Amino acid sequence: MLDFFVKYPRLGRLFDMLLPLLATLAALGVGAIMLQLLGANPVTAYGALLQGAFGSQNALADTIVRATPLLLVALGICIAFRAGVINIGGEGQLVAGAILGTLVGLMFPEAPGIVIVPLALVAGFIGGAIWGGIPGLLKAYYNVNEILSTIMLNIIAVQGMNYLLRQPMIDPAQAQLASRIPQTARLAQAFDLPRWIPTRLHLGALIAVILAFVVYIFLWRTTIGYRIRAVGLNPDASRYAGINVKRNIVLALLLSGAFAGLAGAVQVYGVHHRMFTDGSLAGFTGSAGFNGIVVALFGKLNPIGAIPAAFIFGALIVGANSLQRAMQVPAALITALNGLVVVFVVSSDYFSRRLARNRRTGAETPAAPPKSTLPPALSIEGEASQ
Amino acid sequence: MTTELLPSGTARIDHMEMRGITKRFPGVLASNHVDFDVLSGEVHALLGENGAGKSTLMKILYGLYQPDEGEIRLNGEKVIIQSPADAIHLGIGMIHQHFMLVPTLTVTENVALGLKSSRGVRTDLEKVAARINELASLYGLKVDPDALVWQLSVGQQQRVEILKALYRGAALLILDEPTAVLTPQEVDEFFVTLEQMKKDGHALIFISHKLHEVLQLCNRVTVLRDGQAIGTKTTTGVTKQQLAEMMVGRPVGMQPHKAATEVGEVRLSLRDVQAQSDRNHAALRGVSFDLRGGEIVGLAGVSGNGQRELAEVVAGLRPVSGGGIDLVGRPIQGKSPRAVMEMGLSYIPEERMRDGVIKDFTVSENLILREFDLRPFARNGFLDRGAIQHNATDLVKDFSVKTPSLETPVKNLSGGNIQKLVLARELSRKPQVIVAAQPTRGLDIGATEYVHARLLEQRELGTATLLISEDLDEILALSDRILVIFQGKIMGDVPRAEATPEKLGLMMAGEKQADVATTS
Repeated sequence: MLDFFVKYPRLGRLFDMLLPLLATLAALGVGAIMLQLLGANPVTAYGALLQGAFGSQNALADTIVRATPLLLVALGICIAFRAGVINIGGEGQLVAGAILGTLVGLMFPEAPGIVIVPLALVAGFIGGAIWGGIPGLLKAYYNVNEILSTIMLNIIAVQGMNYLLRQPMIDPAQAQLASRIPQTARLAQAFDLPRWIPTRLHLGALIAVILAFVVYIFLWRTTIGYRIRAVGLNPDASRYAGINVKRNIVLALLLSGAFAGLAGAVQVYGVHHRMFTDGSLAGFTGSAGFNGIVVALFGKLNPIGAIPAAFIFGALIVGANSLQRAMQVPAALITALNGLVVVFVVSSDYFSRRLARNRRTGAETPAAPPKSTLPPALSIEGEASQ
Repeated sequence: MTTELLPSGTARIDHMEMRGITKRFPGVLASNHVDFDVLSGEVHALLGENGAGKSTLMKILYGLYQPDEGEIRLNGEKVIIQSPADAIHLGIGMIHQHFMLVPTLTVTENVALGLKSSRGVRTDLEKVAARINELASLYGLKVDPDALVWQLSVGQQQRVEILKALYRGAALLILDEPTAVLTPQEVDEFFVTLEQMKKDGHALIFISHKLHEVLQLCNRVTVLRDGQAIGTKTTTGVTKQQLAEMMVGRPVGMQPHKAATEVGEVRLSLRDVQAQSDRNHAALRGVSFDLRGGEIVGLAGVSGNGQRELAEVVAGLRPVSGGGIDLVGRPIQGKSPRAVMEMGLSYIPEERMRDGVIKDFTVSENLILREFDLRPFARNGFLDRGAIQHNATDLVKDFSVKTPSLETPVKNLSGGNIQKLVLARELSRKPQVIVAAQPTRGLDIGATEYVHARLLEQRELGTATLLISEDLDEILALSDRILVIFQGKIMGDVPRAEATPEKLGLMMAGEKQADVATTS
């Protein structure tokens, strides 16, 4: 099959672009076997999935609402990965942004929404930037592995959130009750992001899409973006060209965290209108901080590509939930389906590289295999023999 | 059939023949019906530019690749060589350009590595050592079997590689650019060994692009170009010029034309410069010299004697631990690479793929790598695509960079074209001083000629150039003065007219200029 695409390079490139989609379908194929084993008819099940994701105005709106934080996190991931740093800290950065954003709303309940909402979103951006900037500084100046430090900061963020929501930030009404549910008071209605009544679709989706284009322009049309990409692709040559590599690593992680933080603030003001916790990370974030990484890879680390990628992933999450309700299959199956998609998408990068290598011409001998489009830690190494 | 034995006890390979060897890689015909043979008792050179198909052909002979068509015959019998193990079993050995030795093991242990022992899992190292001594005395390959490999010089390490091959019963040896890492004196010793092996009936294949070595050592030479065998000649009736033209396929000028120039004021001045290597050893131990406008000063030396550190110190990439450097009269210590660059330094780095370009960036993006945030390429933090395109169009034309488009990633260009791109970027800045580190390493004749012409053009424009090279021929062809570096010290400063390869070679091996002058 690979030979075929070598003969027709243009088809090969199209295949490259569609590869994440094909990977998703392959994952769903494996999922079908699992459904069959659980005694559910895969056709009916996937029918329910499509119905749940796209079947009505409300379903479609939910899909987009679900996709919004994924897209925002993915934009940040694009920046970090393009700079060659791996940010696994989206969850913690999202929480940090949500906390700072929520604080703004709680502190000025009487202020007009037109002032508070932008301020809160900026606060979210800053909260995430701080949480991303810390591993950036550690990486650049103390050579601390950013994968470890971002994961550790996820844990610190969730425990910080648990403390804040149980003690200082707890809803005063809950503080009176024995149950003491760890959540803040509902923010003033004036602060709700504008919604497209009667659905749950809110302004955050539009903000995310606009920012995708902004990030694209940032990365490919500005000098800072040029520096970040140069540092990511070849730190040695960047240093030789006079670029400050350390500073750009910090900047990339800081911006990466900022977008995750913004996603947190958008979730608070657009969806939940308060912060809450069930003690774990996923309780508030819905794992958007992790899934955003997959969305970014799905979109080939291109901010524009992340838009459809987020939409598809949002649809998968929303649709899988209705599949689970309709078919009464165990909830774990949904997690498994998501996991399958991740594995298939990440693995598909391998085929993409094989193709790219076979398309190369002019070399006397097949040179070293072309580098993965993914950062080293995420690419699948090991090549089949010639 | 009966075959004679070599002094080492292995059966001779009287005749090795490769017939109609064809090998395709996707999009490339790396070897196109190539015939090649070698006889016992001769050295047959395989000559060709990068990408001509030399390595492919030899990798097929050594079992690393399988040919798509064609056959290999040893002493008239067809053989199938599916792996290096098969090749070794048939008496074929290969000395790679980069040695395959474990530095922390002894010579004996390195030779024994991977051998089956007669005593099961235990090795019998004494036997191996005895055999090494026996082979070493047969071929004049003096080396201490108990020495640790990392303590040996490059020349000695090469002897270990040859011993390894002989130990495994090699009757035919493939030598892949064996002289690239040696000083002229080491090359002479090495040739004595090869002459001895030849006389004893070994068959030797010598891969090289150094024409004078080919003519000195080899009996026959086969030239490859674009995967095809252009011709096989006996070395007695052929000149360097003819061979070069066979390699390139067009007439070439062997000596670059050097115009007379006026030497100007001092542009770069080093005074007792000291610096540490990456491993915190003293890499530069008091280097002093001046570089003037309009001259090319060659820095000769065996690899790893401080050349890299010297280049990096001048470019502001490595801090000095003592001494001072002035660029156009201003000190550069403590300045960032960026500041040094803006003071008028252009730098052609040794490792062009690692330090010179970003291979996933496009041609036009790479051409602004030095000045992407300066006008006209940037305005208010935004890149000006028009100006970037315009710059790329001009430079690609001026420096005849062959590229499908300006938006092609640089990794898809050939080595020569990538170096042209680096030159275009560095020279178009109208530098005061150029540091060119190994500017033609790995380039073919055409690209080398081009780089030389461009450096000489800069000389005529009055630029000061420091040419760092391990290729003495290149140094001699371009330089006005030659400095020789050995273990971080300048051993001598020789005007071109007084420089000979022998003299420089002695200094490269650590003799002071004064001593060399008295002995020669």
